[in-house]
Amino acid sequence: MTQYMMSVFGPAERTEYGNYPSEEAMKQALADTDAFNQRLQADGNWVFANGLAPATTATVVDGQGVEPVVTDGPYLESKEYLGGFWIIEAPDLDVALRLAAEGSKACRGKVEVRPFGGL
Amino acid sequence: MVAALARRFGDLDIAEEMAAEAFAVAVERWPTDGVPPNPGAWITTTANRRAIDRLRRESRRDDKQNEAHMLYDDTPPEPPNIFGDSAIDDDRLRLIFTCCHPALAMKTRIALTLRMVGGLTVSEIARAFLVQEATMGQRITRAKGKIRAARIPYRVPSCEDLPARISAVLTVLFLVFNEGYLASDPRKEAVRSDLTLEAIRLTRLLQALLPSDGEVAGLLALMLLTEARRSARISSSGELVTLDEQDRGAWDAALIAEGHALVRERIAAVSAGQGRPGRYQILAAINAVHTSARDVRATDWSQVVALYDQLAGIDPSPIVALNRAVALAELDGPEVALAVVDGLDPSTGSGHRLGDYHAYHAARADLLRRLGRSAAARAAYEKAIKLAGNTAEVAYLTRRRDQLGPN
Repeated sequence: MTQYMMSVFGPAERTEYGNYPSEEAMKQALADTDAFNQRLQADGNWVFANGLAPATTATVVDGQGVEPVVTDGPYLESKEYLGGFWIIEAPDLDVALRLAAEGSKACRGKVEVRPFGGL
Repeated sequence: MVAALARRFGDLDIAEEMAAEAFAVAVERWPTDGVPPNPGAWITTTANRRAIDRLRRESRRDDKQNEAHMLYDDTPPEPPNIFGDSAIDDDRLRLIFTCCHPALAMKTRIALTLRMVGGLTVSEIARAFLVQEATMGQRITRAKGKIRAARIPYRVPSCEDLPARISAVLTVLFLVFNEGYLASDPRKEAVRSDLTLEAIRLTRLLQALLPSDGEVAGLLALMLLTEARRSARISSSGELVTLDEQDRGAWDAALIAEGHALVRERIAAVSAGQGRPGRYQILAAINAVHTSARDVRATDWSQVVALYDQLAGIDPSPIVALNRAVALAELDGPEVALAVVDGLDPSTGSGHRLGDYHAYHAARADLLRRLGRSAAARAAYEKAIKLAGNTAEVAYLTRRRDQLGPN
């Protein structure tokens, strides 16, 4: 089994209903995502998943110098930021891509699939 | 053998290297120790042992004991197929589907298949794509890295995924065939039958897997009807012989009969309403028209032009327009055809510019020659010779140029 991170990106500015057009749309997406998460758990693919607070809440810390340097805001300036992610376990990329397609449909966003294990 | 090693050990680099090492050991030992009773099996066993040793060494070095154990365990490395039936037990076919995986860019799929399945060198592939050798080498190395890290599986896709994965495989097989039919490297022989036969073998396998897929049958027919003319296509002095000058008695009648049967089946299926013909079926039909004519004068050129019109409807590329113009010359004369060719914009084209394509200049040169415009023809032959990599084609173009009259 290989672990994969499935990342979802969204615009920096969030509306009242996250990035969804209406309250109903948001509720439906959250319900679909919840159902997808339960399937992941039932099928043994689940490791972790959560949504992130807006990028404006991020803080960057550089501890490489004598004193840590703390900066307000995300590491990279961008129009789109990581909004949430899953960590899943799958036997191969074909399975991971299928799960990503389901996750993408549920959360209404594009999903980037990337394996763990660079080292 | 590389495919079998890759499947067993899950690593393309190790598979390639160990196969090469096993051959090197054979070259060193066989002259003194004698050739073993079953040389093929000896090489495979040696390569397998070396791959296992290598993985053991790496597992100690990298403390990846568990992973390595999984890789050299005798049980098949791929997980059980949880989506359905995959009956084809052919390592190369698995390898092709891996190399043509949708998670790889199209360029990468083609390059990787040519390297791993077709056995082309990085330099040949780079030339086919008109990119630097270093760039192509890097592309292939990155692709192998992604296959390994992201675990792109070695298997034939499940039935439901299969049709979607076929089109990319056909593109790749067609390119492998063409590389064999018109080898791009001037250091290689003009026709590499190892590649054409390999492409045909793999396309036959695909057809067995998907007998109702019209494009697979179309591509197979196209390859068979092209391969049938192979021996008539190169003269004893190594020069390309064009279709109109080929000895049609030297064509392979069995391959032509098989190709024609496939084309007839597809025509029947299409007229029975089973889908519209795609590019391979149309190209196969064009080749069926050519191979049905006893001599070039008996060719049904209006049928050929009509088929190219149909092809242009689904593929409006300048290459299709160029080929249509060449057929049009036989129907309406070289002057009409030249007007069409000169109406094409040489700066357009999908893969690379039409003006960088030797066939564009060769077609112009031939039309100009037939119109008696020797000076313009000579200039066009020069450009074609400069761009053509294939030795037989260069020899043919050079003779034509040298036979031109003054002006």
